[in-house]
Amino acid sequence: MEAVFSDFDEYLKAFGLTLLLFVVSGAASLVLGLFLAALRVGPVSIMRRAAALYVIMFRNTPLLMIFVFMMFAMPRLGVTFLFVEEVRIGDWNPSAFFTRASLALTLYTSAFVCEAFRSGINAVPLGQAEAARSIGLTFGQSMRLVVLPQAGRAVIPPLTSVQVALLKNTSVAAAFGMAEAAYYMRTSLNNHADQRPEIFLMIAIGYVVLVELVTLSSYALERRWKVA
Amino acid sequence: MAGSVLFDAPGPKTVARHRLYALLTYLGLAGLVALFVWRMHDRGQLDYERYWEVFVTPAYVEVLLTGLLDTLQMAAAAIVLAVAFGLAFGVGKLSEHRWLRWPSWLVVEFFRAVPVIILMIFLASAFSYGDGPLSRFWCVVIALLLYNGAVLAEVFRAGINAVPRGQVEAAYALGMRKSQVMAQIQLPQAVKTMLPALISQCVVALKDTSLGTIIVAPGLTYVFDKITGEFRNHVAAALVITAMYVTVNLLLTALATWVQRRYVGEKRPVAFDPGQGGVVPLTTGEDAGRS
Repeated sequence: MEAVFSDFDEYLKAFGLTLLLFVVSGAASLVLGLFLAALRVGPVSIMRRAAALYVIMFRNTPLLMIFVFMMFAMPRLGVTFLFVEEVRIGDWNPSAFFTRASLALTLYTSAFVCEAFRSGINAVPLGQAEAARSIGLTFGQSMRLVVLPQAGRAVIPPLTSVQVALLKNTSVAAAFGMAEAAYYMRTSLNNHADQRPEIFLMIAIGYVVLVELVTLSSYALERRWKVA
Repeated sequence: MAGSVLFDAPGPKTVARHRLYALLTYLGLAGLVALFVWRMHDRGQLDYERYWEVFVTPAYVEVLLTGLLDTLQMAAAAIVLAVAFGLAFGVGKLSEHRWLRWPSWLVVEFFRAVPVIILMIFLASAFSYGDGPLSRFWCVVIALLLYNGAVLAEVFRAGINAVPRGQVEAAYALGMRKSQVMAQIQLPQAVKTMLPALISQCVVALKDTSLGTIIVAPGLTYVFDKITGEFRNHVAAALVITAMYVTVNLLLTALATWVQRRYVGEKRPVAFDPGQGGVVPLTTGEDAGRS
C-alpha cells in the first residue's frame, strides 16, 4: 500500500490523464458517432453505405492497431498533428502525442456510438412515426417532436456501455508511452516488486470507481428523463 | 424503423439535391483515397522492394501465419475457458445461497470493470517476468479469460432468466431437483439464445489478444514488431496485419449470423448490456466497443 500512498500525487495525476483522455475522446466520439448515425439513417444511399463501411472497418479492427496507425504509420506519411501544440486552452495546451492518442480512441469509439444511436432510433416503434406523419407533421417536426425525444431515452443505456468501454480502453494508450493509470501501474510494479498485489488492487479500484461514476450518472440521467 | 415513413417520396428538386449530395460524397471519398495514395507515394511508402516484398516472401509469410495461429490459439483458449468461468459464475449469481451469490457478484463486477491490459501487466509482472512459472501466452489467456468470463457470466444469467418461468415450474411439478432443472431445462434452452452473443464475444477476445503486445506476448502484434523492426515498414505492416484481423473477425461475424439464422431463427437472441444490467435484444451481433 505504501508504494501508492507515498506518492499519491502521482497516482492522482495518472488517473487525471486517464480521465482527460476519456472526456476528450468521449465528447469527440459522441459528435462523430452522431454524424455517422445521421448518415446511416439518411436518404442518400452512398452516404449510408460509406457510414456502414466505416462502422464495419473500425469495429473489426483491434484498437491497438488503430493506435499503431496513429502513432507509427501516420508520422511516416507526414501527418503529425504538431500544429495543435500552438493551441492554448487556458493553462493547458494539448501535445501532438495526446491528440493522436485521443484521435485513435475517438475513431474507434465513434463506430460503436453510431451503432448505439442507430439502435436508439430503431427502437422507436414504427407507429409513432406513422402517427406523427398522419397528423400532418413535417419531417423536421416529426423528428424533433416525436422520434428523437423517444430515441434519446432509448439510447442512454447502450451509450453508457460504449462510454464505459472507452474509459477502460484509454489504458491501451499505456502501450505507447502515455503516462496514464496503466502506465503508472507498470512503472510502479517494476519499482516495488514486493507490493505487486497492493499496487494492482489500488489501480483496479481506481478504474472501478470511475466506471461506477459513469454508470451511476447515467442512471441518474435515465431516471430524470424517464416518462411515467 | 423504415426511413420512408418519415418523409414523402422525394420530388424532382429533392431527387436532384440528393444526387448532388451523392456526387459530393463520391468526390470526397475518392479524394480521401487519392490523398492517402499520394501521401504514400510522396513519402516513398509504396516502394515495393523495400517495404512490401517481405509480405510475399515465403519465410516471412510463414512468420505471419505463425503469428496468426498464436493469436487464434490465444483467443480460442481464452473463450473456451471463459465459457466455463462464465457458466460457473453466471449460475452462481442466480444461486439461492447468499454465500454463493455475493462472491460471484463481486468477482463478476470486478473483472468487468477492470481493463484487460492492466490484468495482463499485473499477471506478467507477478508470474512471468524473470523466471516466473507462466509463459506470456498464458498471461494473455488468463487475462482474457477473466474479463470475457465475467461478461459471459452476465450473458448466461440473462439467458437463463429469459427462459419462460412456466418451463421451470413444469419441471418442478414433474419432481425434478433444483440442479436437474438447471442442467436439463434452463441451460439447454438458454444456450440456444446465447449463441450469437457468444460468438460476438469471440470477436472481442480476438481483438483483445492484440493487447498482449504490452507484455511482449506472441501473436500478430509481436510479428508486427519484429517485421517493422527489421524493415522499418510501419505503414505497410500496419495495413497488412490490420487486414488479417479484420478478415478473421468478418468470418466470425458471418458465422454468428449463420448460427443465428440456423439455430435461433426468429426468436430474438439476448445479449448482456453492461450499462443497464439487464437483457437487451441483440440484432446485429453488437458488442459495446470492448476493445
